[in-house]
Amino acid sequence: MERIPILKMGHFLLVTIQVDMHDRLALTLQDDLTNQILKTGAHGVLIDISSLEVVDSFIGRMLGNMANMSRLLDAETVVVGMKPAVAITLVELGVSLKGVRTALNVEKGMELLQEPLRSKAGARGDEQQEG
Amino acid sequence: MGKNSKSRIPEVLKKFEKELLADWVKEQLSTIALRRDLVKEPELRQQSADFLALLREAAQSGNLNDITAPEWASAREMLGGISRSRAVQGFTPSETATFVLSFKQPLLTRLREEIGKDPETLFDEIWAAGILLDKLGLYTMEVYQKSREEIISRQKMELLELSTPVVKLWDGILALPLIGTLDSARTQVVMESLLQRIVETGSSVAVIDITGVPAVDTLVAQHLLKTVAAARLMGADCIISGIRPQIAQTIVHLGVTLGDVVTKATLADAFMIALQRIGLAVKKNT
Repeated sequence: MERIPILKMGHFLLVTIQVDMHDRLALTLQDDLTNQILKTGAHGVLIDISSLEVVDSFIGRMLGNMANMSRLLDAETVVVGMKPAVAITLVELGVSLKGVRTALNVEKGMELLQEPLRSKAGARGDEQQEG
Repeated sequence: MGKNSKSRIPEVLKKFEKELLADWVKEQLSTIALRRDLVKEPELRQQSADFLALLREAAQSGNLNDITAPEWASAREMLGGISRSRAVQGFTPSETATFVLSFKQPLLTRLREEIGKDPETLFDEIWAAGILLDKLGLYTMEVYQKSREEIISRQKMELLELSTPVVKLWDGILALPLIGTLDSARTQVVMESLLQRIVETGSSVAVIDITGVPAVDTLVAQHLLKTVAAARLMGADCIISGIRPQIAQTIVHLGVTLGDVVTKATLADAFMIALQRIGLAVKKNT
């Protein structure tokens, strides 16, 4: 069965959607992703949809769902590289992905994910100095 | 009208071509005296002579009823060309139609001279000539109208393209100065060009300046919010600037909420916020 690969990069999981998303694929991805977060203990998920040309309301909702599920499992999700046409379609469909963080490209998305980790590390460092 | 097959109009056209041309040109010059600046007399004479020759040729076929027939193709083409050029030159519709319609008088005069003794034939001939010239006149108007519409739609397209520039303010900051009323078609173009530029430049902040938008109603507000939402989906923040006092009042009176979109009174304020977002600051040189 066709699957979308989920790669582990340090504390983060990287999902790159390179094919046309159909409903079954999206559901499988949702399953795999939640399992992988639990297994790896990842702190962040980066979903790259820069090759995604076509979306419908279902795929739009799935993106939102995946982000919310990841947050429940303590992993921040960033959706990166959405194409203008896809963005316009989603807005017209009324799917505005409220609460999902977005970035222009993978690089900026990674920065977004690393920010909270860095501040956490900083806070821990302060505590240690105090102690 | 089977009688037309025996019409004497082709014969009259052939016999009196020179006289008809002279009368016709005189007629036109007297009616469009005001338009000497747009069309010169020799040019008008040449156009009239060319068209009369084509008309004569087409009439020889005996078909005076149907100007869409192939034998009228060259006459139609010539007439269309004149009509188009006059539309571009800025002739009024009546001035354009006069070209063909003013031919009626010379033609009818000649017909009366030729067959004046037989009222019934004369009536038939005048009837046929009238219908033919009216058809040609209508055709002229159609072409005129069509070319005017082409000009209008082309200008509309140009205006659409000209009115939506996306400018780069800084590395990573785009500005979209909106000028004029926002309707659905324009918003679509604005949205597409802004999103496209965001991708091309990799900008993370976009300032939408609405100083030049005369009125903001619920529809315009919705369009703006859609643009902001689409940009956010792609990972770029939007700031709306240039909200004039009256606009602020209308927005509140209409009960429109711009949601959690950051709004600033001037482009300068928005630019400062944008710089802060990308981690830059303006410093005075001491």
